[in-house]
Amino acid sequence: MDKIVPGAREALADVFDGAVILCGGFGCVGGMPSTLLRALSELPVKNLTLVGNAPALGLEAQKTAARTMQVPDSYADGSLLLKNGQVGKLIASVPAMAIFRLEEPFPIVKALQEGQNIEVELVPQGTLAARMKAARAGIPAFYTRTGTGTYLEKGREVRQFDGQDYLLEHALKADFGIIRAHKGDRHGNLVYRGTSRTFNATIAGAAAVTIAEVDEVVELGALDPEAIVTPGIYVNRVVKR
Amino acid sequence: MSAPKNRMDEQTIAMRVAREFEDGMYVNLGGGIPTLACNFVAEGREVIFQTENGGLGYGNIASTEEADWDMFNASFQPVTYAPGMSFFDHDNAFDMIRGGHIDLSVLGAMQVSEQGDLANWAIGNLVDYDGDVVAWIKTGRFPPGIGGAMDLAVGAKKVIVAMIHTTRDGSPKVVKECTYEITACRCVSLIVTDMAVIEVTPAGLVLKEVAPGLTPDDIQAVTEPELIIADDLKEVEL
Repeated sequence: MDKIVPGAREALADVFDGAVILCGGFGCVGGMPSTLLRALSELPVKNLTLVGNAPALGLEAQKTAARTMQVPDSYADGSLLLKNGQVGKLIASVPAMAIFRLEEPFPIVKALQEGQNIEVELVPQGTLAARMKAARAGIPAFYTRTGTGTYLEKGREVRQFDGQDYLLEHALKADFGIIRAHKGDRHGNLVYRGTSRTFNATIAGAAAVTIAEVDEVVELGALDPEAIVTPGIYVNRVVKR
Repeated sequence: MSAPKNRMDEQTIAMRVAREFEDGMYVNLGGGIPTLACNFVAEGREVIFQTENGGLGYGNIASTEEADWDMFNASFQPVTYAPGMSFFDHDNAFDMIRGGHIDLSVLGAMQVSEQGDLANWAIGNLVDYDGDVVAWIKTGRFPPGIGGAMDLAVGAKKVIVAMIHTTRDGSPKVVKECTYEITACRCVSLIVTDMAVIEVTPAGLVLKEVAPGLTPDDIQAVTEPELIIADDLKEVEL
């Protein structure tokens, strides 16, 4: 068994028009699968559904957040796909961020203003994570209190448990999950660094195909089995950044 | 913009919020003013901060030298490691939140109602855009983003709001009914602002503390619902 592939383009070769892609990371620089996103932006695929917490805030937002820190040249996010007109639908908890004042509009705002036809679905962050976890676990749907009494209730099943309202939410089925980890081996076992674990470990195994970019590929046995965060069964391909 | 006379600055609001941190509490701080409170934990109290991007027990806001891309809080600020810290993935972070394991959530707000309804994810209402989220985002005016606020507001054992008392044009943010999009209903129990500390009770809003130099009338003048004045009303204690 060898899940290591030579490059990001090879790892993404079977991505097709209209694919649903779960994108790891939180929205910060750390944890964003930048190498895979950049490679995806260079492939002739379109009408993608991009799913993530804040997968397309763009470089300017990161520079603003970075303050005195230097955003690495390798940084890229889903805004490249928006700019290319490759996104048909964005599913996110934070499509743009009100706390940052930018000179240019946020990438999603700009794409819409330029006349692109993009559907946007806003999902509360915890519900987004739970819908991915449900997909991984084979759970088709579940109830949650999050969103009750809000506009999300509209057109949705509300059911009471113990006198409390809950909303029905469905598993988020996806074709590909692209994630970033710190180290990986040829079986697909992964470990992460700090808060960059975030949505990456949640997405592993949630889509039909999970592709991980890693800082370092290590020999089988080099990762402590007690410390492996994502067991290899959830990962199909590993590519070095 | 400098704070108007007799109004507390953001750091002072955060200091007042931090007085609510009890020893042994697990606390999540939202973006803006709430985040500042992590630096003001009272001596002798051990408070564990959770950040929803997957960290429990982080230290302070990091200095330039300490900053690390893999050590951020959910407000996009670098933070420091602390002994006893743990990392986890996002679904775990929200199991903590939605499963009722967080003792206290401090959130910013656009509006809070008399009943404790919270509106904090968008300035405006979808009705103004015929229910069309895309049309709203396209305007670029405070493009809405829900983030983790809806989960925190229903999942934490207690929710405190930390905010500036009025909008930039001086309109009340403590209102009878929220006109902006709702985050969650009847979830807020305490409101800490640059002018006052107000408790949400079944009987109504109780004015507990006022900023130095302000009177209950000053607070009422910029608060839509009628305030009940606490018997033990005092100056804001830090």
